[in-house]
Order: sequence, then C-alpha cells, then structure tokens
Amino acid sequence: MTVTIEDYRGEETAWCPGCGNFGILSALKKALVELQIPPYEVLIVSGIGQAGKLPHYMKCNTFNGLHGRTLPVATAAKLVNNRLNIFAVGGDGDGYGEGGNHFMHTIRRNPNIKYLVHNNQIYALTKGQASPTSDIGFVTKTTPGGVTAKQLNPIALAITLGATFVARTFSGDIQHQVQMIKAAVQHRGFAYIDILQPCVTFNHLNTYGWYLKRIYKLENEHHNPSDLEAAYLKAKEWGDRIPIGIFYQNPQQQPTYEDQFPVIKEQPLVKQPIDPKQYEKLIQDFL
Amino acid sequence: MNDFNFRVGGAAGQGVQTIGYVLAKTLARGNLSIHLSQDYESRIRGGHNFTDIRVSEEPLYGSTERVDLLIALNGETLERHQAALSNKGVAIFDAESSGREVEKPYEFNVPFERIAVETAENKIFSNTVATGAALSLVGYDLDFLREVLIETFKVKSIKVAEDNIKAAEAGYRYVEKNFKGETALKLKPVNGQRRMLINGNEALSLGALAAGCKFMSGYPMTPSTGILQYLMDQHIIAEQGEDEIAAINMAIGAGFTGVRSMVATSGGGFSLMVEALGLSAMTETPIVIVVGQRPGPATGFPTRTAQSELEFVMHAAQGEFARAVLAPRDAEDVFYLISKAFNIAERYQIPVIVLTDQFLADSYWTIPPFDFSAIQIDRGALLTEAEAEKIKDYARYRFTESGISPRALPGYKDVLVVADSDEHTEQGHITESADIRVKMVDKRVWKTRGLEKEFTPISYGPEDAKTVLLGWGSTYGAIREAVDRLNQKRIGVRMVHLNAIWPFPAEAVQDALEGSEKRVIVEGNATAQLARVIRSETGVEMTVKILKYDGRPITADYVVRKFEEAAQ
Repeated sequence: MTVTIEDYRGEETAWCPGCGNFGILSALKKALVELQIPPYEVLIVSGIGQAGKLPHYMKCNTFNGLHGRTLPVATAAKLVNNRLNIFAVGGDGDGYGEGGNHFMHTIRRNPNIKYLVHNNQIYALTKGQASPTSDIGFVTKTTPGGVTAKQLNPIALAITLGATFVARTFSGDIQHQVQMIKAAVQHRGFAYIDILQPCVTFNHLNTYGWYLKRIYKLENEHHNPSDLEAAYLKAKEWGDRIPIGIFYQNPQQQPTYEDQFPVIKEQPLVKQPIDPKQYEKLIQDFL
Repeated sequence: MNDFNFRVGGAAGQGVQTIGYVLAKTLARGNLSIHLSQDYESRIRGGHNFTDIRVSEEPLYGSTERVDLLIALNGETLERHQAALSNKGVAIFDAESSGREVEKPYEFNVPFERIAVETAENKIFSNTVATGAALSLVGYDLDFLREVLIETFKVKSIKVAEDNIKAAEAGYRYVEKNFKGETALKLKPVNGQRRMLINGNEALSLGALAAGCKFMSGYPMTPSTGILQYLMDQHIIAEQGEDEIAAINMAIGAGFTGVRSMVATSGGGFSLMVEALGLSAMTETPIVIVVGQRPGPATGFPTRTAQSELEFVMHAAQGEFARAVLAPRDAEDVFYLISKAFNIAERYQIPVIVLTDQFLADSYWTIPPFDFSAIQIDRGALLTEAEAEKIKDYARYRFTESGISPRALPGYKDVLVVADSDEHTEQGHITESADIRVKMVDKRVWKTRGLEKEFTPISYGPEDAKTVLLGWGSTYGAIREAVDRLNQKRIGVRMVHLNAIWPFPAEAVQDALEGSEKRVIVEGNATAQLARVIRSETGVEMTVKILKYDGRPITADYVVRKFEEAAQ
C-alpha cells in the first residue's frame, strides 16, 4: 500500500492565517509520505504551545503531553517500542524554556527520536511574551523595555553537548524542511532540528521578510557537517546572515540509547509477556 | 514478651548497617523471627546511627524501644542508649579504642580492635569481632554466623571471608572466656521453614517484577532510592531521570506505549511529579507511583519516617479525577499489594499511589517465601492488536457505561491512538465543547466507582472490644502488638487497620467500627489526617488521637504508653 498525503490529513487547524506552523505541517507530512512511513508506525509526542497542536492536524499516533515534557515521554516510548518512528514536537518556550533540562539530558542519551522545535522567538499561545530565543532588545508584553537576557543559542548548545545530528531549517521553505526531516529520520540517533518560524500575530520583528533577507544554506557554502569545529563556528552566526541546513552530524555511528539495554535486543519491551514466575528465583537471595 | 532486642550503634561509616544485617541474617538462619529497623542520619561519615535487631521465636511485626544487648561501636552510643537498657541488659564496647573505662555494672569491655588486629591483622574486622561477641552473649550457634559471613564477603574474596570468620570466632571465644554475667535471654535455633529476611523496598521491587512492571524510572531520593537500585539489576528497563519530572513523564510515556510502569520517590520528588500525576489522569494512562514518606515540608528529615503525605497524595494536582491510594502494612503485604496497584492502574486507567515510608522501606522482616503463583495479572480493557484492528474508527476515549474505554497501543497496525492533556473528544483531539467536557469529567471522576468494595480493613483482636485502635500503612505491626499487650493487661481493645485508603471504603470502615465506644486513631503525623478522612467520608469521629511526628517510627511501646496516659 502506498502512503499518500491523504493518509495524513487531520483535524481542522486553529492556527492564525499565515502562521509559520502551516509550512512545518506540510513539510512533515510530505517527508513522511516520501519516506513511505504509514501513520500507524508514527508517534508524535508534542508539548504545549501552538506547536504542540501539530499532531492534531495530522493523522498518526499522538501523545500531546505537558508543557516542556515531550522528550522524556518520547524517550520512554522509544525504549518500550523501538519499532515506532517517534517525533517530539514543541516550540521554543516548550523546549528551551520549560523543558531545557530534558533537552540537555536527551542529547546525552542519544535516543533514536527526532526532535522538531518550532522556534518563533516568542510565546504565541499566551499572546506575546519573550522566549529564550527572543533577540536582545525585543519588546514584548513581559519585556516592555526590550529583552535584556542574552538570546539562547540552541544550535551551539546542542553541538557543545555532543548531539549527533543538529540542523536548522525555515518554515517558509518546504523543500528544505522536507530534506532536513528526511535526513533526521535517516539518522540513527537523536536528531534535532530547530525550525525558524515567523509568528505573524505577535512577532513583528522576526518576520518572513526578516528571515528571508538573512538565511542562507550551509550546503551552498561547502560546509562539512562532519567538521565539529566548523559546525560550532557556523552555530555562532546570527545576525545579518543566518545559516540553515545540517550544522553537524556525527560521522561515526554512536550507540543509541536503546542499544544500551540488553533487555530489548531481541524483542521490543511491549512485546514481552508478563510472567510472575519469571522472577521467583530471586527469592533465593533473601533466604 | 519472649523476645530480645539487639541495638548496634556508632558513627556513620563504622559499619552499623553491616553488623545489623549480618546479625539478623544469622539469627534468621535459625528460623527465628526478626524485625530489623534502621535509624540513620543524613550524612556519610560521623554522627550517630543505630540499627535494632529484634528477635523472637514468635512472629514479630514491629520494633521495640527496649534494648537487651547494646553493641556500642563508640562511647557516644553508650551514653545515648544506656537509658533504654532492660533489667538484664548488657552493653558491650571497646574500652581501648573508645578511650572510656567500664563504668557501670552492665557494661562489658570487648577489645574489638585489638582482637581484630591479633586474629585478622586489620582493625577493619572489629565489627565482625563485635558480631561474634554479641552472639556469644546470647549463646547462639556460631556455625550460622560462619555461613552468613562466607555468603556476605566471598564476593570480595575468600580471604576476606575467612578473615571475617577468624575475627568472629575470636570475639565469640573472648566472651565465652571472660563474661561472667548473664543476659536476659539465650537464643537458639528452632525447627521450621526457612524464611526470607527482606526489607520493604526489596519486597516492593520483587512485587513489581512479579506484577510485570517492565519500566521503572526514578530520581534518587531517600527512602525510595533502594527500589531504583534493585530494579537496575533486573531484566527490565530502569532509568534514572535527570529529575523527578522527567522520571514520571518517562513512566507515563512507557505506560502509554503499553508496558506496566512505575516511579518511586518521596514527598519532595512527588511534589515535582504532581503536574504529571494529572497528565496520567487526563490521558488515562495507567501508572504506579510509590511515595516513600519522610518528614517534610521541604527537605525535612531526609532519612527519617512519617505518615504525613496522605492528604497530599489524595488531593495533589489540579482538576478533579479518580485515583487510588494504597498503603502497605509491611514487607509481606507490599509484595502482594503492589501487584494489586498495577491491576487497578490498568483496569481503571488511572494513577495509583502506593504510600510507604522510611520505616517500611528500610526495615527487615522474616516472612515466608513469596507466593509468585498467587499473583494475578489483570490488564483491564487493554486490546490486543487483533482485537483493535477489528474496531472501525477506533477512538481512545470512547464513552462507555463504565467510563473505561478500550485501550489500544501505538504501533498496532492501522489503528491510531491519540492521547491529549487538553480536554479532548472521544478521538483524543482538542475540543472546546462544553457538552463533551462534562461527559469527559464524569468519565474520569466516576470510573473507579465500586473499587472501594475491594478494600477491606483488617480487624484484629477480640471482636466485642468497645475500644478500637485505628491506623493505616506501616503502623500495622506496632498497633497489632499494642492490642496484644493491652489485652494481656485485660484492657479490651481491637484494631482496625487500612492498607487501601482511596477510594475510601466507607461502608466497610463503618461496619468495622460498629459498636465501638472509644476510637483511637494512631498516625505518624501531627494533624490526624486519616481521622479527618474518616470523619468526612463516614461522619464517625475519632475520640482519642495518638500521633507521632518526631521522625521516629511508632512502636507498640509508644502506643501502649500513650493509650495508658490518655486513659488516666
């Protein structure tokens, strides 16, 4: 059976007209269709925010959990059923603010899950407050004098922590997103993609025009994604020019988190039967 | 009471726990009943720790305050515990290393260090000298100690095991030769079936394995760390999260994906888990949450015991939803009760909280080997892949009479499972509908209706007694023994004890209290939390409160003393 875009058609959206999320939604569906992955093999774990609604507008297994907590849920789901294609999806507030600790430790674990962060540099669901990635000086409802805390650089952070796949893409470029998502799915390990996404309602600074004027593709400038130092230097670039593409992909296959549990070598945990008698022999240790 | 209590005391790092365990194991090998409890401080070196090893030919359910033989590894131990010594109590210590002479008639010097150096060339064996000396004082067979020392120390090396035996023998002989007094009791092995010597955390872990728990996540926190550590070595996935929030979200992820999963923490960690407790309820994802109580608020007494989280776990998290709260009595009960917790979690698709405490977690009991064949697995409305495939337009939150929706798993062919922390439709998608909201709330609140009928309080003691001692959780042993002792004094009392508290078995408790005139609540907290629950659920008032919130366990001695004080 061929998987088509129709198979992924979901509920009616509740996003603002012109929202950057539409581009991400189209690209994700397109990538899954191009990879011919049927919806029942996909699990999207999403957080809270406009990005967290994404799986409702698709058709696949979904766990729309708490704000900031996508990664622990997704990691555990992968450990329990490593045959699922698992995506974690959230926004910049969800992933870099509320869930920052999990981002850090999921990178260390390297589970074979894909993490998409819709980064619009603002809190949109709560109607316009500063986010960890808001630009310095950006005036929001919670930063009337402009943002003073230094902008988080999640790409540099991920590279520094030893992430095995680090990319950035732009919601206005479907083809580039499809390319990045497919590369992420094909990467065996934790694949993280920061997706620059205009918020047409609350962010009048980082608009489509603003991004389009600045972004350029790393692949066009002969960036070598296996070069860690070059990746780090590119990650630091943010201003007149903003790179998109794969910053870094570890050229050596690293063990995934699931690889390190002997109990799931043969069979996914979820397929293993329950047998109380299996552990009866442990009594001996206490006699 | 025909029982004997050893107390081993010293600074953290001196080996108090090892002596206690070896002594308990040695006595258990002679088929004696043991109760071992641990009192320790939140530090790795120094301070003052002690372990009580209570032993009897009769079954033991809890600890005692009286000391019959004090093994003092330093001078401070003598000072702190001399008042607890019984009439024929004896205290042994090392006068040479503690720099303190024998001062009282009940004190007896055993030069632990000198004997250790003379026989095994290292003062590190002082503890084993002390263990040998203690067993000699009660005339117990040395062969059991040899056996236990080999088992305990052979993992290090045969030489270490042999040196320990030499040290034990030397301590034993020193007492035989030099001790002219007598102890309260002589201990000898009795006939019987060998029993397990196991603590609450270990029993809970074994119970979880038997119940088919395949995924456990936690973040180290006393008194529940032992559960995570024990399960790490087993053929399941046990995961140390970066924090308790990660731990519980992982367990929920695992539960959603289809395995039985559990977290274990204490009050502070549970505080961090509270939002996800609601997530489990909202997404109807089964999960078992072990909360090992210790005194709070905030960091409180990190290594001590309490029963102060009952109302917290009953009410934690925003919104209204069904949950179950179980409170195991002891190491035997927790093994069987935890499998019930997993069954309830899956049958009702709810979070189930198991309230233990430091006393239960760290105390050892001798109990018959667990009956693994008695463990029943009931996964409720969990669909197989074949069953789910047959359902047209599967909806995870389908409205049903019982409020429980058939549960498919992500990955089933051509079936999609959509779970949401937002208010959602039957299909699991976000909704703003008022009508659906009301139906969903009703579903989540009322689906455990009838579950309380499975919860039966334990009644113990003369049925016609007009005075009832009522308690919950790990106070079972103490109250039970207090009932025996009061009845021996011809004070007619009986016990009603709960190991399952929510949904509250109101009818059963009312029945159990029928005809009572004096109702005494016994709890390890300052505000009588269960008494409040009973009043709100049944209208029945407790007439006397015996409470303890000093971080130390409730003992039968304490209950009897307070009962008698209140009666005056």
